[in-house]
Amino acid sequence: MVSVEDYGNFDTAWCPGCGDFGILKALKRALADMDKSPDEMLLVSGIGQSGKLPHYLKCNFFNGLHGRTLPPATAAKISNHELTVMAVAGDGDCYGEGGNHLIHAIRRNPDITVLVHDNQIYGLTKGQASPTTQPGMKTKINKEGVFNRQLNPLALAISQDCSFVARSFAGDIEHLSEMIKKAVEHRGLSLLDILQPCVTFNHLNTFKWYSERVYKLDENEYPLNDRVKAFEKSLEWGERIPIGVFYVNDRPVFEESLDVLSSGPLIRNKVKTDSVNELIDGFM
Amino acid sequence: MKVDLTIKIGGAAGQGLDTIGSVLSSTLMKCGFFVFTTQFYLSRIRGGHNTFQIRISDEAIKAMDEKVDILIALDRASIENHLDEMSDGVVIVDRDTVKLDDDFDSLFHVPLLKIAKDTGGNKLYANSVAVGAAMGLLCLDFDVLSNVLSSIFERKGQEIIDNNIKAAKAGYDYARDNYPQGCKFDIQQPEKHSNKMLIAGNESVGLGALAAGLHFLSAYPMTPSTGVMNYIAGKAGKFDLVVEQAEDEIAALNMAIGASFTGARSMVTTSGGGFCLMVEALGLAGITETPVVIFQAQRPGPATGLPTMTEQGDLLFAIHAAQGEFPRCVFAPGTPEDCFYMTANAFNIAEKYQIPVIVMSDQYLADSMFTCERFDASKVSVERHLLSDEEIKDMQEEYARYRFTSSGISPRALPGQAGVLVGADSDEHDEFGHIDETQENRIKMVHKRMNKLELLRNEMPAPETYGSDDAELTLIGWGSTYGPLVEAVDILREEGHSANLVHFTHIHPLPAEKIKEMLGKPGMKVCVENNRTGQFARLLMVETGIEMVDNVLRYDGLPFTPQFIVDSIKQKEVL
Ligand SMILES: Cc1ncc(C[n+]2csc(CCOP(=O)(O)OP(=O)(O)O)c2C)c(N)n1
Ligand code: SF4
Repeated sequence: MVSVEDYGNFDTAWCPGCGDFGILKALKRALADMDKSPDEMLLVSGIGQSGKLPHYLKCNFFNGLHGRTLPPATAAKISNHELTVMAVAGDGDCYGEGGNHLIHAIRRNPDITVLVHDNQIYGLTKGQASPTTQPGMKTKINKEGVFNRQLNPLALAISQDCSFVARSFAGDIEHLSEMIKKAVEHRGLSLLDILQPCVTFNHLNTFKWYSERVYKLDENEYPLNDRVKAFEKSLEWGERIPIGVFYVNDRPVFEESLDVLSSGPLIRNKVKTDSVNELIDGFM
Repeated sequence: MKVDLTIKIGGAAGQGLDTIGSVLSSTLMKCGFFVFTTQFYLSRIRGGHNTFQIRISDEAIKAMDEKVDILIALDRASIENHLDEMSDGVVIVDRDTVKLDDDFDSLFHVPLLKIAKDTGGNKLYANSVAVGAAMGLLCLDFDVLSNVLSSIFERKGQEIIDNNIKAAKAGYDYARDNYPQGCKFDIQQPEKHSNKMLIAGNESVGLGALAAGLHFLSAYPMTPSTGVMNYIAGKAGKFDLVVEQAEDEIAALNMAIGASFTGARSMVTTSGGGFCLMVEALGLAGITETPVVIFQAQRPGPATGLPTMTEQGDLLFAIHAAQGEFPRCVFAPGTPEDCFYMTANAFNIAEKYQIPVIVMSDQYLADSMFTCERFDASKVSVERHLLSDEEIKDMQEEYARYRFTSSGISPRALPGQAGVLVGADSDEHDEFGHIDETQENRIKMVHKRMNKLELLRNEMPAPETYGSDDAELTLIGWGSTYGPLVEAVDILREEGHSANLVHFTHIHPLPAEKIKEMLGKPGMKVCVENNRTGQFARLLMVETGIEMVDNVLRYDGLPFTPQFIVDSIKQKEVL
């Protein structure tokens, strides 16, 4: 049995009170509940406060570039699909710098889980607007308040038929760890947008602000594969903010379209020297 | 050389130059000639003016020639643009379809369209008629052409094969019967050479990667590198590998790095503009010490530049690309053999030193077809430098991905192997891959990484010399200019000059001591490069202190010909 302790205990560089602690805690609990051992897990992250999360867990990790979380995560899964691959990103990382990769990862549909620490702000670079920042919010750069429309990641993902779309809240560890489990267990690309208070730079979307607004989706409200209903639900934001699973489909998974993976992980395939020599003969 | 002829096919994109060119070149090769082909094409799918040029000889040839003996003119522009390249040659032209105001002695009317309709049933067979006519003018054995057509159209069925052969034979007979002086080019078919192949640089790179056991290729299409991606993708099923067309070059290299981190032999293919987008990920490979092979086919820049032409303008960029300092390796193959064996070896170097390896080609090498010795995949060794499961079991201490060692190379395990956890980080990190910003750690990590560069430098071979060691004039070149340079040296020596060539394929890190030994002797040195600023000459100067007396530079989008080099040397009055 895998326990939470197996995932270790580390000092962090996060501000006291940051929502990231809740995410870390929920993640450890989910992994232990699922009996996932650290050596079968690969966490891939980008750069940001969120991107540091894999450093605070005992497991395989690849901490790459800002915005580039999904391409290495996707390819890591292709080359060894026996690993459980999770991508950890911030809203700047996944929706800003890496927005293009998100769209295309949804199209590809690899069996990976994407956790987005959505604090509606850039944490690591000290408080600039992110794609999910509420319009009107003033920052050091947006002196008159943010003009750009807020990106709706759930609506975007559902509109593109993402395989699993959910939202949770870093202040509700139980809900969050349940959502992480569902996301990991789902086959296909799972996007889990996590409302994460940044206590240092986002004074609008605080724990209190979220707590007053979030409510859990009723599982029987609509069939989870109803894309139109899910889309409608994803537009709800303001006085009430739904959390839970919004949308699920069973689209074919990218790795399964690759026949070569049926016999085992790609990395175990050996050179076919004789066949290369045959190809060479074709040029004679 | 008893035979040295050039056949040029000119026409608009979409007219089938490629088909005529490849059928003709493989036929000529099967007749026993050494064949060298080059293509000139514009960045458009239809129209414009393109050429396919085939040079044949009974002796080894390594470059294109400037004079043309047979011109197959599919349009008027072919005659307008290339008539002055011919001295005593023949222009095959269908005057029914190509309207010409003037008459020239060299024009030889072959009613391609009419013959095609009469024999094959429609105009599609005109290209086979043209190939037949060229073979007729050369008075070569028709059966060889007939066999080539059979194998090329094998998949399309017997009827198509028969129609093509019929059309080609009619073209062949027409030339034999109607060309005024009979056999214009009375050439002997040489002895058949047994172990030769006809292949382009791009296909050779593809074969090299397959021979090395490539697992994963991600790329975004960009001329002139796309051929490699296409070639490998066509073989993916048979070779148990995955080819993924990434959403952009940023994703492509980040993917290849992710795949490699988990253990796949990974590669990306691109050209200059795409490589620009990969630069940040190049640094990621550097600091995470993740092996990866980057195939970079150069074309003239900056930005989109001349998309279908050639240049060696990205050398210093490739060596310096990305912020910070980290080890990398740069290869520049000069021939298809180099493309094959060096690409395969690039994977070994990448994995041995856990670094990115860049293989630099260019449009000229990518698209030209060369006659060369048969490659042998059995000569390629696959050296993975990975910890085995047993070695891991016997490990005394906890595994650290970036373990400090005397060489700087840390034993490499893969995520998913039982008993180890593998962590990689783009931030400066400690031995376990965790962020560590202390000065002490930084210095140790920089030493560890840069130490690998010095080890690699010792392994890099000295350049190859062509001609005697103590020539008065040494031409220096790198990469794809090898062929034209060898022939330029031949021409100079035939003219009585004392000249040789020192040619570089291993560009970075340069084995400076070995080079100083070779080039430190007195004698004039001239560096010949396909760029404006003499990038390699500058690199040599910085790394070895060796100075050129002059440079021969070409940057009009075209490759060097041997004659161009010889003429430029003479103009410089260094002889
Ligand atoms: C290419 C590049 N551009 C900019 C940065 C600087 N940078 C680091 S983190 C970050 C944004 C972080 O925001 P987010 O992804 O939302 O993560 P958070 O810190 O809020 O968790 C930026 C702009 C970088 N590291 N790389
Ligand atoms: S800056 Fe914000 S997101 Fe970053 S650690 Fe502090 S509270 Fe968390």
